[in-house]
Parts: sequence; structure tokens; C-alpha cells
Amino acid sequence: MHLKTALLLIFIASPAGAGVTDVSLDNGLRVIVKEDHRAPVAVSQLWYKAGSMDEHNGATGVAHVLEHMMFKGTEKVPEGQFSKRIAAAGGRENAFTNRDATVYFQQLQKDRLPIAFELEADRMANLQLKDESFAKEIQVVMEERRLRTEDDPQAVVYEQLMSVAYQAHPYRRPIIGWMDDLQNMVPQDARDWYGRWYAPGNATLVVAGDVNPQQVIALAKKEFGPLAGKPLSLRKPQEEPPQRGEKRITVKAPAKQPYLLMGYHAPRLSDVEKDTTPWALQVLVSVLSGNGSARLTKHLVKEQRIAADVAAGYDGINRGPGMFYLEGVPSEGKSVSELEKAIRLEIRRIQKDGVSEEELNRVKAQAIAGDVYQRDSVFYQAMQLGELATLGLPLDLLEKRVDMLKAVTADQVKAAAKLLTDDKLSVAVLDPQPIVGAPRKPAMEIDHAR
Amino acid sequence: MRAKQFLSSLFACLMTLPAWASVDIQHWTTPQGARVYFVENHDIPMLDVAVDFPAGSRLERAEKNGVAALTHAMLDQGAGGLSDIAIAKRFADVGATLGGIFEQDRAGVSLRTLSSARERDIALALMLTVLHKPEFPESVMRRERARVLAALRDEESRPGEIAQKAFYQALYGNQGYGLPPSGTAKTLGRIKRNDLLAWYRARYRAGDAVISIIGDMSRADAEQLALRIAVGLPQGSSAETATGSAAMPPVEKRITHPSAQSHVLMGQVAIARSDADYFPLYVGNHVLGGGGFDSRILEEVRQKRGYAYSAYSYFIPMAQPGPFLIGLQTKNAQANDALKVARETVARFVAEGPTEAELTQAKNNLVGGFPLRIDSNQKILGYLRAIGFYRLPLTYLDDWGKNVEGVTLEQIRDAFKRRVNPENMSVVIVGGNAG
Repeated sequence: MHLKTALLLIFIASPAGAGVTDVSLDNGLRVIVKEDHRAPVAVSQLWYKAGSMDEHNGATGVAHVLEHMMFKGTEKVPEGQFSKRIAAAGGRENAFTNRDATVYFQQLQKDRLPIAFELEADRMANLQLKDESFAKEIQVVMEERRLRTEDDPQAVVYEQLMSVAYQAHPYRRPIIGWMDDLQNMVPQDARDWYGRWYAPGNATLVVAGDVNPQQVIALAKKEFGPLAGKPLSLRKPQEEPPQRGEKRITVKAPAKQPYLLMGYHAPRLSDVEKDTTPWALQVLVSVLSGNGSARLTKHLVKEQRIAADVAAGYDGINRGPGMFYLEGVPSEGKSVSELEKAIRLEIRRIQKDGVSEEELNRVKAQAIAGDVYQRDSVFYQAMQLGELATLGLPLDLLEKRVDMLKAVTADQVKAAAKLLTDDKLSVAVLDPQPIVGAPRKPAMEIDHAR
Repeated sequence: MRAKQFLSSLFACLMTLPAWASVDIQHWTTPQGARVYFVENHDIPMLDVAVDFPAGSRLERAEKNGVAALTHAMLDQGAGGLSDIAIAKRFADVGATLGGIFEQDRAGVSLRTLSSARERDIALALMLTVLHKPEFPESVMRRERARVLAALRDEESRPGEIAQKAFYQALYGNQGYGLPPSGTAKTLGRIKRNDLLAWYRARYRAGDAVISIIGDMSRADAEQLALRIAVGLPQGSSAETATGSAAMPPVEKRITHPSAQSHVLMGQVAIARSDADYFPLYVGNHVLGGGGFDSRILEEVRQKRGYAYSAYSYFIPMAQPGPFLIGLQTKNAQANDALKVARETVARFVAEGPTEAELTQAKNNLVGGFPLRIDSNQKILGYLRAIGFYRLPLTYLDDWGKNVEGVTLEQIRDAFKRRVNPENMSVVIVGGNAG
């Protein structure tokens, strides 16, 4: 289902341990180094604070299109050579775009970091953006949209729900962009985007692994230091106005299974000293679906058998507004509305009776363990630091996060659940349409015993 | 010429594989016959344990297709007097996670737990209960079967999933690797609790078990743990009743689906994990379609023509000969053009092989990237499980770089010519224009 990876990212988050170095170069580039000497490798991630939320109507998807174009060459490093050179050094590399940021990364043996820095610094300033490269790559992006959105009914539901749940905030627009915008995008859209956001002062370089921080910083100064700083575009807050009542949509798509997705506007983490609600909402997610005995799973999947699958999720550590999600697939013979009713009943029960100490302790035990397990991945640790830096949150939150979760009380979870009111809710339902042409599968045949 | 080239590549290998690029794997066999693979590592206070069995869908009878997956899914859904919910609670209470893999060859259970005594002991005891005393409660089985059916219905809306199943069926027919791993609505309906019990008793045996352990644990404790795991399993070994793969004639299958893209899969039966051609084919395929942006297929299909987001080729070596597979997805109108490009790319590669420069580039990437393959406990655990299950040499990781470095142009050309026949491939196309 849709939310699972996002959930994991938010929830298993926590301490990076000691050994984080954080400096800024004169041109504004922030450099963060996390030492981890378990294996002789390093990851380098360059985070640009430019995601789909910074786009304007008519050019949705341009952040992601530019991400693709960043591999299309500079004067010094012609098209195709970026990937070739990283590969020749034994590296792995890719990039991703989300609502808040665009991130480029390389994983390499530790002593091969210079090649990554050299190439990243070059394309931060010298991208060519040729018309003919653009013409081909925009086709690739449209294929990506067909693959990941158009032909995935649950992805279509998510896209439609966001476009309804938010009226003003740019989170209403899909990261990959509307197909019509992609069809009408021109190279100049990508050039404008590159000119506006690709600058040292809008970027954070995160390196994690078996490295010496002073050497990494010296290397960053050598490669990125000469790039000129430049003023950044003004960002408008684009706050979402208060919702004035429940919203509800139906999405028709060829499918065999109905699907329900619900989203409540919810607070996001902004003041790390004072905010407790975002942590309480994370605990609530875990109480609802964080393990095989969590409430939604236990009651709706295992006991009542209303749902084939059900999950909760919370996006609360973002640049933009927060949202609390619930999603599920009804069991055969059960309707989406029965499932929705059952989910809402579970929420009401927590609003009324709260959660038990036992549930709370279970969630905390999972958080403490998850905090240890995530140390197994250097890449993940770098992800956490890049995300915090891009959001302007203190880096020591990595270490404090587990303590924040441990400090959550049952009363705070109950109070957080009370924020999930009907007036803040948007509901999307997938109404499956026949898959024309596909052979009809026979219903399950049960061999009756005697 | 040949000798010089050999020496220089050996030198390159010594240069790029310093001493640290190795993993100290300890191996022993318990008196019950379970093979144990252990890496002691105290960097992080946690422990990973995996237990795998030759209990995948390949070994099923076609009329009970799905019994292997359902048995695997049911292991932790009631065991040793504990309910499904009680088991989930107890794992969560100590922050442990129980995972599983289910494949065509193997079925396995994995545990990640903190290594602190209280958490570790509770989690391990519970894992033993799940492995040794699964109860397969009738009512829970009906629920889990219904959930599998729901997942199967979901797959019917996904062209990629439809294509995958049709592809394996085209290559293997209705047996072995041709059976859909989760079963079908029809065959699942026939499966009873007794089938699960029988499958468990026959296939989850100590003599076949592969136990992989990595993390914060001493050798003595690992020996104890392996013994406890093996003692409580059904004893003995299962007779391998693998259905040999009768050669299927190549087919072209077009399945109409209301999707924006057509999913194209093309391929044929190729090699088993133990095949002597493994490294030449692996390194060669890195050039052809396994090396991402460094591969010919992605270059031709995506970079040059903008036909697809993803385009690739892989060998999937398994216990029995697994497929060689080329895949891409593209908007319906250009499916035939993209297929043509993929076909020509494969045919040319088989005819000519890679260039010297391409081979060097592939080796640099593979050998230079080796440390990234073993940079976490999670990844090393994956290798332990594969080495144990497929009976690869204990020195597999130590030798890996040498084996890649040693591959020659001639070996690749020769192996591809013998093992890949572009004229003899099955093709599956699922999409809106397919009819």
C-alpha cells in the first residue's frame, strides 16, 4: 500500500549518535558530515531546497524534470558522462524529487568522494540544458508518470485526494506534474527553474561514512567554494485556508479492488522546543497500525475481518502543512463505507477513552529499537540529516527524537486524536471499473469437506 | 597479448581489493544437518537471525498451487498456544521485528532484535515457537487465504504483475517456476489446513535448514542458538521432487489491458545458480542491460529514443535454470517499436559481445563497488542466506572480485552465444494496444 515507506521514514527516525560536523561555506553552501566507520564507504547527498511545492501552475513537475536534466551534461562533462564516471569509480548514483526538495546522491568507496564533489559542483553551475536533450527526456518523464501514476489506481486516488484536500497550498499538485503540463513544458521552464534554485546558498551537502570531517570540508571548499553565491527567489508561504467541512470524492479507474484513503489536516513540527502534538500523532500512528497487534490491524483485519489491509500514516515533518492519513482495502463482501465507518469508530474510541499504558510502552519499545536498527544504514542516516537541514530544524533532533517519543503521554495521544475532526477530513474512494478485455477469473472454488 | 591482459587485470584486482573487503564467515553444521553461517559483529547492539528452507512454490503440485506461500504466511499466525495477536504483541513489546521471504525456491523467516539480554531472549524464544510449533488455526487460515485472494485481485489491475505471471508461464508452463508464487483463486480454494500441516512437516526440516546469524553474539551463543533452532524442527531432509523444466516452445502472448502503457517482457530459460557460466553471463549482462545507465538497453531504449522510464535485462539464476529476462514499459502506440529496439540490441550483443572498453567499464563498476555490497549487516545477511541456500563456496565474497576481474571478452561472447538465443525468445505484451 501507499503509505508504508513514508511511514517508515518518519517513524524509525532518530539519533545519528555523536560525530556530526556542520559548517557553511562563504557562498552559502552548508556542509554536514556524519562519521560512521563501520565500512570503508561514504555517501554524498546534495539537497536543494526546491521541490514541487516551489512550482507554479502551468509548470507542475518542473522540479522533477530538472532532476532528470541534471544528468544531461555540462561543457566539461558531456551528456552521459556523469553516470559513466561515477560508475567507473565503482559508485552508485541517482536522484529523487519530493514535495520539499530535490536530492542527488552517490555511494562510493570512501577515497573516491572527490569525483562526486567535482561532478556535483560542476553541474550546480554549468548545466547546458540543450533543446534536443530536453525533447527526449520529457518523453521519459511522461513514461514515468504513466508507469507510476496513471496505471496504478491507488496512486491516482492519492493524487486526486491531495488535489482536493488542499485548495491553496502547493501540496495539492503531484510531484511528477499533471500530464498536460508535461506535454506543454518547454526547455525554458527547466532553465528558469535551474536559474532560480540551483545555487550554493540553496543547497546542503551531506556526507556520511568512513570519512574525516576536516578533509571532507576542505574538499568541499576546493570544489564548491569557487561557485558564486546568488540571491534566491522570494518564497511565499501559500498557507492553506481553514477547511470548512468534510470533502469527499470518488475516483473511477479500471481495477478489481476498492480502496479508501482519508486525510485529515494536522499540525506539523515547527517549534522543536515546544511542539508535542507531532510526536503524539506519530505515536498514534503506531498505536493504530505500527505492528500486527495494533488497533486497526487487530480489530479490522484480524478480528472483524472488515479489511484486507489497513494502515495509518502521518506526514508531519515537512516544509508544508501536516496531514494524518488512514487507508484501507475492504475484505471481499465488505463495502468501502463499512470500512470507513469501522476506521472512524476506532478513532472515536481513542478520542473518548485514550490509549492504554501498555500500548504506549509497546510503541516506545519499537521506537527505541528502531533507533538502534537505523544505525545499520549510512545512507539512511544521511537522509535524516539532509531532511532536517532542508526543513531548518536543528540537527540534534536526530538524537533527541527518541526522547521526544518516549516523553509522549497517554493524555497527549488522546488530545492529538481529538484534532482529527470531520471538518478537516477529505475522503477519496476508488470505484473499480471493469477491466475490459481481461478474461474473467472464476470465483474461488471451495472443495467442501463432506 | 592474452597473458599480458591477464596480468594487468590481476594487478587491477589486487589494487582494488584491499584486505578489508572481506567478511569473516564462520560455518558449521548442527548434528541435525542444519547448515549455519555466522558473522560476529559487535558494532551495533543488535542481532539478525534468518532461517531458510527449500519450501518455495517451485516444489508444489499444480493443483495445490499456493500451499507453500500460505504455509509461510501462516507460521506466525498462531503458534505454541499463542494467538496471532499475542505473537505480534510480544515481538513489538521488545522492539523486535519478524520478517519473511517467500520465493520460488525458498521460504524463510528472519528476526531482527536488540542484543540486550531481556529483549534478545524473548524475541528468540518467540521465533523458535513460530518455527517449531505453528498451529495453522482453521479460521485464521480462511482469513489469510481471503487476504491472499484480495492481493491477487489487486494484481489483476496491474499490467506489470499480469505480464510477470504470463512470462513465467510462457517459459515453464503450469509447473515449477511457471506456477504463480501465491497460487490462484482456483487452487487456493482447494487448500485445507491439513495441506499446510503436511507441507510444513515435509518442507521445514532441520536437515534442509539454512541458519544465518549476524551481529552482537558470541560464537558459543550462536552455536547454542543454531542447535535450539535445529532440534525443534521436523527432523530429516525432504526428498527434492523438483519438476524438471520441460522445454516450452517460444510463444508471443498479447494480453489486452486498459493501461496507458504496454508492459513488454521477453526472454527464455537460462541458467541455474550453480552454472559455470554464471560470472561471464553476469558481467556480460552488466553491459547489456544490468548496469543501469551504463547498459546498452537503457541507452538504446531510454537515452537515445525516450521510449521508456525503465528498460533492463537480467539473468535470474535459481536452484533450477531460471529465466533470462528483458523488460520495458512504454506507451501503447510505441510498444512494437520499443520491442524491436530491445530485440535488435540483444541480437547484436549476442552476435558481437561487448567491446573492450565496455568490459573494462563494467569491471571497474562491479569491482570498485564491491564494498557497497557488504556495508551493512542487512546486506551481509542477504549474502549469508544466499551462500547457504545455494551452497556457494564459503569464500564466495572473497573471490567475487577475482571472479569478475577474470572474465574475458571471449568468455562473454562464448557464453552468450551458447546460452542466449535471440531467435528463440518468448514475448509477453500486456497493454491497451495488445489485442
